[in-house]
Amino acid sequence: MTETVSKTKKYTRMDFASSQSVRWCPGCGDYAILAQTQKVFPELGVPKEKFVFISGIGCSSRFPYYMNTYGFHTIHGRATAIASGVKLANPDLSVWIVTGDGDGLSIGGNHTIHLMRRNLDVNILLFNNRIYGLTKGQYSPTSELGKITKSTPMGSIDRPFNPPSLALGADASFVARTIDRETKHMQAMLKRSYEHHGTSFLEIYQNCVIFNDGAYGPMTSKETKYDTVLWLEHGKPMLFGKNKQKGIRLDGNVPHVISLDESSNWSIDDVLVHDETDWIIASILSHFTYRPEFPDPIGVFYAVDAPVYEDMALEQIRKAVELQGKGNLDDLLCSGDTWVVE
Amino acid sequence: MSNNATTLKRVEDVVIRFAGDSGDGMQLTGGRFTETTAIVGNDLSTLPDYPAEIRAPAGSLAGVSAFQIHFSSKDIHTPGDQPDVLVVMNPAALKVHLPDLIPGGTIIVNRNAFTDKNLKMAGYDSNPLDDGSLNEKYTVYDIEMGKLVINACKDLNLPPKTVERTKNMLALGFLFWMYDRPLDTTIKWLRIKFAKRPELIEANVRAVRTGYNYGETTETFTTRYTVAKAKLPAGKYRNINGNYALSLGLVAASEKANIPLFYGGYPITPASEVLHSLSAWKHFGIRTFQAEDEIAGVTSAIGAAFAGSLAVTATSGPGVALKTEALGLAVMAELPLVVINVQRGGPSTGLPTKTEQADLLQAMYGRNGEAPIPVLAAATPGDCFYVAYEAARVAIKYMTPVIVLTDGYLAHGSEPWVIPKAEDLPAIKVEHPNSIHEGDPGFMPYRRDPESLARPWAIPGVEGLEHRIGGLEKENITGNVNYDPDNHHFMIKIRAQKVANIVNEIPPTEVYGPESGKMLILSWGGTFGSNRAAVDRLRKEGIEVSHLHLRWINPLPKDLGEILIRFEKILIPEINLGQLSKIIRADYLVDAQGLNLVRGRPFRASDIMNAVKEKLG
Repeated sequence: MTETVSKTKKYTRMDFASSQSVRWCPGCGDYAILAQTQKVFPELGVPKEKFVFISGIGCSSRFPYYMNTYGFHTIHGRATAIASGVKLANPDLSVWIVTGDGDGLSIGGNHTIHLMRRNLDVNILLFNNRIYGLTKGQYSPTSELGKITKSTPMGSIDRPFNPPSLALGADASFVARTIDRETKHMQAMLKRSYEHHGTSFLEIYQNCVIFNDGAYGPMTSKETKYDTVLWLEHGKPMLFGKNKQKGIRLDGNVPHVISLDESSNWSIDDVLVHDETDWIIASILSHFTYRPEFPDPIGVFYAVDAPVYEDMALEQIRKAVELQGKGNLDDLLCSGDTWVVE
Repeated sequence: MSNNATTLKRVEDVVIRFAGDSGDGMQLTGGRFTETTAIVGNDLSTLPDYPAEIRAPAGSLAGVSAFQIHFSSKDIHTPGDQPDVLVVMNPAALKVHLPDLIPGGTIIVNRNAFTDKNLKMAGYDSNPLDDGSLNEKYTVYDIEMGKLVINACKDLNLPPKTVERTKNMLALGFLFWMYDRPLDTTIKWLRIKFAKRPELIEANVRAVRTGYNYGETTETFTTRYTVAKAKLPAGKYRNINGNYALSLGLVAASEKANIPLFYGGYPITPASEVLHSLSAWKHFGIRTFQAEDEIAGVTSAIGAAFAGSLAVTATSGPGVALKTEALGLAVMAELPLVVINVQRGGPSTGLPTKTEQADLLQAMYGRNGEAPIPVLAAATPGDCFYVAYEAARVAIKYMTPVIVLTDGYLAHGSEPWVIPKAEDLPAIKVEHPNSIHEGDPGFMPYRRDPESLARPWAIPGVEGLEHRIGGLEKENITGNVNYDPDNHHFMIKIRAQKVANIVNEIPPTEVYGPESGKMLILSWGGTFGSNRAAVDRLRKEGIEVSHLHLRWINPLPKDLGEILIRFEKILIPEINLGQLSKIIRADYLVDAQGLNLVRGRPFRASDIMNAVKEKLG
């Protein structure tokens, strides 16, 4: 959350649509993300000129061209670092990073983790389609073990990254996940990302219709989604299943799925209650991904207040001015031992 | 007061080299001698020469650290070819540096370090202080420095190791006596440095005084030297090294442009001091960002440039290699950015603490695609200030990244510097548009200034100018992504033309010496001093030779071609295998010859003199 705006213009979603025609493949999950962003942004109460979208390379990274805000489509993996410079140079801006599983976790993985530990007040939207789309179908750092792709004809032997777990490991102060098909949920997560003061890391499960269609099929199809998705809500027990008849229970630090059917010995009191401020719970939840015996969580895994980089940077500048006075160039040039030649 | 037997001898210039173990504090000792020498009014030039290892094993040849100072009553340009005086704190330092000492030179030596163990580590079979090998050829001042400081500090109850560490101050005090220099600047400095450790102030002050008094009272030392003040141009002076001057130049540009300075960088030898200096000047509103790597250093700066800062990154060759892709983005996005390469020995990790000029072609051409970047190079430590300032001014005016080349010698070498006044520096005009160009349907990020060809620097936060830029090819004027073949060709040409137009910023070239003749020495960067010193000496010997030193290498000055053809021969001394030579030969079709010595150290003026004599037959 940056600032409250007194005389905010009333915007509509069309104010955020640029004149450029959108060039993603028909049916791509990116369309849904663009639509929800354009829908949510007018509601944030921020003057449009304060938004900046920074992206790297990949299908997702074309995003800034389609938003009628300030935008910078940069180079592979560096959006997070470029955004850091933008935010530190002008903390008044609302900075959004659009990246993908390749851009943000492979070639740009280093910048991503360092941004999160520094905790600049920017927003990361990581479109995770578990495949390389723009280079036409190689496995990505989030592709599952054994994945057959153009570059892994016998199956991938790379163990995948788990983005929320990585973010938590990097000490991110806000970690969340949503799915391209759950539009209302995505809107809520975009708002939460904006409201968080510090780096917000939002992973968006996004379907690539061409190279990895159906990667999240079980989580989006009506028949299976209730059993495969765990909707996280702060302070609420972790229930899932069509009739909320299943829950997550911790045995020590080991999670289990328990049944709350009438025949079961478990009750709602045995179900783990989500606490967004509990790093251990967030970490346990993050490891449900890639494990078919667990539902995959969506929602806010973790959200805490932590010192924000640019706040501290500006405070140091303020303090330096307070202690030394505002810098004077002639004084600086003449500092140290000097002498005069007549 | 000096004892009666001592004579004071007036000399014109002196080269002293301090050499010792990495832990002996030689850089600091040299630095203090330099400050005092500057204040007494000599012209001077220094050359620190230290190993890449922080502390190689004590007493080893690899761990020897040295600092050379050349000071004079005349205007001088180099740290000197060979020392007249060699101060050695241990056998390894003697072993490494003795070959450079002039025949008949003076050795000042700490006898207490010449133990069997140290002698063995340095590869001596017998003690050179006792076997007569030195005394035949040199004047040796054989001083028990360790013992003297222990005696001087007896009553302070400090650990012997702590006291022993002050022996560098004893050596310094002795040199102050020998060259008739005051102690007060050093004592004042010690009081500030050890403000929280009064016992160390006392020990170090005693060591300096003991060294001085030792010269004064020991009858064997019969000669002291004095070097008169140099006749330097009038003005207020300070002593300055290249990295500090460069940092000041960046702050000056930010202040004069009235936009905040953003520095993104990753620590690297020999550029790190720029990060250190700027980080200490937060009261100027400077934002320094120690990034996770070189790439984030430059890309965070590119982000800051997009947001309206004067954006800077500094590094050395390996760092530039990592920043290369991002420099292409800055070319494409046409954002102002100052990129500083403090060159060191390469390739790869190379010689991190040594100087070299072998990154010129990297600066000129080291990017994918047609990605022209203006390149300019500093000539002296003090010139780093003006080059940094000029780079910032041009980057903003032309909306382009600019590469500044300095080197390890300039970075750490120092000289007296006339302090400029802020009001005398050229103006730097920054324009951020706040409205759409008349008649345009919306904001056009690539509508160029007809003269400079710079695009407008519209920054986020301004209502109505929302626009997108990026690394994909742009359509002229609109800045929209465009794959049209003719547009691409046009944009390639216009980006090249924009950089070529910077030629209009370059003043007419000055030739030092005759405007035409048998030979021109053409140089660039940190070899200025060696070349100028060589030319001066050659001309004194009656050999006609002129000197032209380039500040701008891309673009080259307009009048360079017509100057070159007025000389029968062109010699280009460079600390590389002929990189400027290649450019000059290609651009002007002249038979420029190179003098190429890549030893990790500045040219000796004598190297250049010999080459000239050879070429002239």
